[in-house]
Amino acid sequence: MLKQGEFYQRDREWHPPALTPDYKTSVTRSPQYSLISLQNSISEVTGPVFGHNDVDPLDNDLISNYAQPGESPIGERIILHGRVLDENGRAVPNTLVEIWQANAGGRYRHKKDTYLAPIDPNFGGCGRTLTDENGYYFFRTVKPGAYPWRNWVNSWRPAHIHMSIFGTGFAQRLITQCYFEGDPLIDRCPIVKTIPDADAISRLISRLDMNSTIPLDTIAYKLDVVLRGRRSTLFENRLEGN
Amino acid sequence: MQQLNYLKETPSQTAGPYVHIGLAPGAAGFEIYRQELGWDIAGPNAEGERIRVEGLVVDGAGSPIKDVLLEAWQANARGVYAHPEGGGDVEDGFRGWGRVITNFETGEWAFDTVKPGPTPGRNVGQQAPHINLWVVARGINVGLNTRIYFEDEAEANSKDPVLNLIEWERRRATLLAKRNNRDGQVVYRFDIKIQGEDETVFFDI
Repeated sequence: MLKQGEFYQRDREWHPPALTPDYKTSVTRSPQYSLISLQNSISEVTGPVFGHNDVDPLDNDLISNYAQPGESPIGERIILHGRVLDENGRAVPNTLVEIWQANAGGRYRHKKDTYLAPIDPNFGGCGRTLTDENGYYFFRTVKPGAYPWRNWVNSWRPAHIHMSIFGTGFAQRLITQCYFEGDPLIDRCPIVKTIPDADAISRLISRLDMNSTIPLDTIAYKLDVVLRGRRSTLFENRLEGN
Repeated sequence: MQQLNYLKETPSQTAGPYVHIGLAPGAAGFEIYRQELGWDIAGPNAEGERIRVEGLVVDGAGSPIKDVLLEAWQANARGVYAHPEGGGDVEDGFRGWGRVITNFETGEWAFDTVKPGPTPGRNVGQQAPHINLWVVARGINVGLNTRIYFEDEAEANSKDPVLNLIEWERRRATLLAKRNNRDGQVVYRFDIKIQGEDETVFFDI
């Protein structure tokens, strides 16, 4: 049997750099020294394991997980679904996916958000789930609204859902944001544009998915998430030292 | 020519200022889940020395980053990670992973755990006891990885393959947590400087 080795090197030219001056907050929050390159040890190839005791079945339903009985949040009802894969194209099963978002008016349920759009009493704005044996995940929610933020005077975030994904090793840990096909604010957003490559940006834009849309009920968007792949060790090497 | 049909990793985006809604909703100001994840790193049955680790994350202007969120990943006192490839069994309830949030007014953070044991090196030898950290916040485009080592493990630290990889010996000190005693409790101080003088060492893992 092939031994599982290290994760593939993260492509730092594909990810956003640390310093992206048009996203102003990054200017004082970006290291100036280079990252020290580290080959994976046991500390990086391992990571936390979650199970069905950690997550409740309805945690992935943002339409009901904070609503009063008989009520539901305002907004366009959507399904966000897809698979978590690795760079080898293999499913990542039983991995924790967590999401958070603004409500349909663009307001977050957070004590630090003071935007004038109202809080929705029936919407918390977070969900979580474990991928199934095929790496599949799904959430039901309302489409988040765009909202203004202090970057330039007139900056607006495109509608987006934040996503946090674990994988099997701490080296795969990833937080990203999911956008929606056709949103004209995507191309104007300084946070989106921290990613230098247009093809890379396209990987964050969920597609309208009419096949998974439930007629007369809920419209679907699909986004697959790819985590770092792992090398199979074909030959044991005998390095001296560490 | 054939194509190498590997997929590309999904690019990272900042966790933003409201990361707590998703990962620590109680801190955002509401209760929603039966249980939030990551508030008990070691669990009640863990062997070893009980410690607290605390600090600040400071930006390039010298100000505390008050909206930062950290995740810790560590082995138990015997150097075993709670994972199928972690090197053995761990105590019931030991996960070795936790989430750390700040006091929003001051930026101070702290977590309670057990001191980890040494773990195997990549090929030979051992890694000194350490806690792996992942740092995300508004303004951080890709989560930053670093490690907490312990200043009272001088001999193990001097042989640690990762610390020894840092060419600038003076910078190694940025990864050493300082040991104190407070009211009978062991407290390690570990301030993280994201940028500028005495910038913490971050790793591309």
